[in-house]
Amino acid sequence: MKRRTFLRTGLALGTLGCLPSALSQAARPSDARLLILIALKGGNDGFNTLIPYADPRYSELRPELAIDRDQVVKLSEQEGLHPQLAPLLSLWEARELAIIRGLGYPDPNLSHFRSMDIWETASSSDEVLTSGWLDRACVAAPRPADASIDAIVVGGDDAGSLMGGQARVITLANLGQFRRQAQRLGVPPSTLPAQPALRHVVEVENSIRRAADQMKRGPVLQTAFPDDALGRSVRTACEVIASRERTGLRVVHLSLGGFDTHIRQAPTQARLFKSLAAGLPSLRAGLKELGVWNDSLILTYSEFGRRPRQNANGGTDHGTASVQFALGGRVKGGFQGAAPNLADLDGNGNPRFTLDFRGLYATVLERWWGIESQAVLGGRFSTLSML
Amino acid sequence: MRINTISIFGFLCFVVQSGGVLAAGMGSDDARHLLARTGFGPTWAEVQRFAALSRGAAIDRLLAETRVQASTPPPDWVASYPPPVAAKDLSDDERRQRRETQRKQEAALRQWWLTEMRVTPSPLTERMTLFWHGHFTSAITKVRSPVLMYRQNVLLRAQALGRFDALLHEIAKDPAMLIYLDGAVSRKARPNENFAREVMELFTLGEGHYSEADIKEAARAFTGWSLDRKLGTVHFRPGWHDNGIKTLFGRRGRLDGDQVLDLLLERPETALTITRKLWREFISPAPDAAEVRRIAELFRQNAYEIKALMRALLNSSAFWSSGNRGALIKSPVEFLTGIQRQLDITPIDPARVARVSAQLGQQLFAPPNVQGWPGGETWLDARTLLLRQEVVRQWSRAQRPDPEAIRIARQGGGGMSLSERPLDFRIQTWVKALDAGDAWRTRARQLLLPLPPLRQPAASLPPIQFVQGLLLDPVYQLK
Repeated sequence: MKRRTFLRTGLALGTLGCLPSALSQAARPSDARLLILIALKGGNDGFNTLIPYADPRYSELRPELAIDRDQVVKLSEQEGLHPQLAPLLSLWEARELAIIRGLGYPDPNLSHFRSMDIWETASSSDEVLTSGWLDRACVAAPRPADASIDAIVVGGDDAGSLMGGQARVITLANLGQFRRQAQRLGVPPSTLPAQPALRHVVEVENSIRRAADQMKRGPVLQTAFPDDALGRSVRTACEVIASRERTGLRVVHLSLGGFDTHIRQAPTQARLFKSLAAGLPSLRAGLKELGVWNDSLILTYSEFGRRPRQNANGGTDHGTASVQFALGGRVKGGFQGAAPNLADLDGNGNPRFTLDFRGLYATVLERWWGIESQAVLGGRFSTLSML
Repeated sequence: MRINTISIFGFLCFVVQSGGVLAAGMGSDDARHLLARTGFGPTWAEVQRFAALSRGAAIDRLLAETRVQASTPPPDWVASYPPPVAAKDLSDDERRQRRETQRKQEAALRQWWLTEMRVTPSPLTERMTLFWHGHFTSAITKVRSPVLMYRQNVLLRAQALGRFDALLHEIAKDPAMLIYLDGAVSRKARPNENFAREVMELFTLGEGHYSEADIKEAARAFTGWSLDRKLGTVHFRPGWHDNGIKTLFGRRGRLDGDQVLDLLLERPETALTITRKLWREFISPAPDAAEVRRIAELFRQNAYEIKALMRALLNSSAFWSSGNRGALIKSPVEFLTGIQRQLDITPIDPARVARVSAQLGQQLFAPPNVQGWPGGETWLDARTLLLRQEVVRQWSRAQRPDPEAIRIARQGGGGMSLSERPLDFRIQTWVKALDAGDAWRTRARQLLLPLPPLRQPAASLPPIQFVQGLLLDPVYQLK
C-alpha cells in the first residue's frame, strides 16, 4: 500500500501564494465560515434515506425493508425521503438543503475502519495518509493571530478528519465540564520550559486554559434542543460557536452512531433518523439565534452506504456509494450528483459511485473557504454547484 | 553467589557514602531513570534493588532477567484455531454469534497483555514486545482472528530480545502478518506488493534505499507464502510461487522470500533503521547520527543480537546524559500501567484500562496503520491530557466508591463507613515504604518525576494531595 506524507512547510508555502481574495475575508474571525460535520457512524443506508421509490428494482431488492410508496416523503417523481426525515422537508422547500447523491470512490473498501479512514483522510483506496483532510485544510488557510481553536470535536469519539497534529483541536462533551477541568489544571509556569517534551505538555495545558477562557462567557440560548445524545451535542456545538469570534473556531464535528444495521434495520434507522431530523432543525435554530446561519455549512458523512439487496435478517450489509446532506443559509438547495443505478451493481452487489467524495471536499475548500484544494486533497476534483 | 556480591556492594556503598566515593552504586536517580525507561513506572523497592549496582552491572542484570514467555496464563481459547467459515454457510444467528465471540476474545486478549505488563517480572520484555508490535505491525481490524494475533504476540515476545534476523524471517511468515499485508493472497500471476513495500520502507531499509523495481522483484519472490486455512499456519504453495529469475539490488537469481530477507539484512541501512528507532524509544526524540552509526555497526557485528544492541544503547553516554532525562513522553500503556504499579493501588479492571488506553490513542492489537503509533508528542493533545489528568484523580483516590456497596447501603437507608469501601491508594503504607521518615516528600518526587516539578506541591498539604500534586504536574507525563 502506498503512503503519502504531506510535508508541512511544503503545503503551507505552496498554498499561501495563490489564495483567492475570498480568503482574506474568511480569515477574519468575525465572518469566518464554519463547517459543521455530522458523522453518521456505522455506514448509513442511503437507499432508505433518499428512496428511489419509482424504481421497481428497489422493492424487488428489499421485499420487507422497502418503504411503502405512500409513506415516502416525495421530493421528485423518482425520489423521496424516509418518513422519519419529514421535518427536513421545510428546509428542502426553503432551498437550504442540498442532497448529494452517489458519493463514493473507486475500488471501494468495505471495512468500517478502513473506509472511514479513506473518507476522513481523503485518500485513495490504495493509499494511506497520516493526516485528516481538515487538519491539512486548517494549515492551508491562515488563521487570525489570536485564534486559539481551529476545531472542536463534540463527544468522546475521535474525528480522523482532524488528526495529524497541525490543527488546534479541542475535544469536549460538555462545555461546563471542560471549563471545570481546565480550572483544575493548576497554575501555568511563568516561562516555557526549554526541553521539547516538557514544553509540549505545557503548551497543551496552555491551549486548554486559553480555550476555556475564551469560551467563558456565552449567551444563554433560547433555542430548545432535543433531549437526546445528538440534541445535547447540538447544544454544545451552539455554545462553543457562540464564542467563535474570540476562539477563531472554524470546524465543529459531531457524530451519531449506530448505523451498522445488519439486523432489523427498520426500527433502528427510524430511531436514528428521528433523532437526526430533530437535531438538524434545532441546530439551524441555534445558529440562527447566534446570527451565523449564513456563515454555516452543515455536512453529513458516513464511511459507506449499504447493499441494495436486504439480507435474511431484515438488515443490510456493507455497501458503497451513498447519499449525504448539506445544509446552510448559503447552500443552494436541490439535488447534486446522480443517483446510483440499481441496475448496474458490482460483484458484491453494490452500486457504483457517481460522484467522488473528494469533489465535495474540494467544494468546501474552494467555494466555502476559498482555499486552493489541490494541495490539501493531493489531486484535482471538480466542485459542486451547491455553494 | 550473586546475591552475596550485591549485598557486599550495598554494604560498601553504605560504608563509603560519607566519603562520597560511591565507586559501585549508581544511586537512586540513575536507577530510577534506567527502570522508568526500560519498564512501566518503577516502585521504590525496585529502584533500591538497582541503586546499589553500577550502571553497567544494572544493565547486565536487566538483560539477564528478560523472558521469552509471558508469566500470565493466556485465555484458554488461544489453544485452538477456529478455521474461518464462509459467511454463506452460516445462519444469521451463527454469524452473529461468531462476531460476538470474536469481539469478546479481542477484549480478553488486550486484558491479558495489559495484566502481563503490570505483573511481569521483566518489564523490559514487555516494552520490547510492544515496540515490535508497533514496528512489525498487524491489526486485528484486518486480521480478524484473535488466535492469530495472540500467536504473533507470542512470536514477538519470544524474539523480543533475541535475534533480529530470526525475528524478521519469522514475522515474514507469520499468519497474522500474511493476512495484514496481503502476502497470503499474493500469487505468481498477480504478485501483491504490500508486504514487499513495507518490509523495505518500514521494517528494514527505510525510504530512499530501494527502488520501485526492487519492490516489484521482491513481491515476486514472496509469492507462495500462504496460509493453511484449517490450521491457521503458514503454508507454502509451490504453484503460487514465482520461481523465475529476479534482480534485486544488483543480485540476480531465482530468489525466494528468505533470500530477499537475507539481502535486506546484508544492507547496512537495516541496522541503522532499527538502531534509530530504538534510540527514539529509549533515549531521546533526536538520535545522534554518529552514535547511531557506531551502535548499528556493533549490532551487525554481533549477528543482529538485540541484547547487544540494547546493551550498547543503554550504556551510551546519551542515555545517561542529564539533557535527556525526562526527554520522552509516556505512551498511554506506560502511563496507565505505571501509575498502577507506582502507587501500588488495587489493580484497575483491565477491561477499563484497555478502554481508557484506546481513548488515549493506543489500542493494543490495533495500531492505527502499518506505521504503528506515531508516539512522542502526538500522544498528548488537549483531549488526551485532560483524560490523563482524570485518570490520575480517579486512580489515586484513597477509596474507590463501590457502586454496588453504595446501592445496597442506600437500600438499607443507611450510610456506609469508610472501612466498608475497598481501599485503593493506601497512602500511609505507601509513605512508609519510601522509608525516609519526614523526608518522604523528597523521595516521592524522586520516585515519581524524572525532573523537578513545575508546580511543587506545598509540604503542608495532606499526604495524598501532595502525591496527587506530583502526579498532576506536567513532568509526570515524561519518563
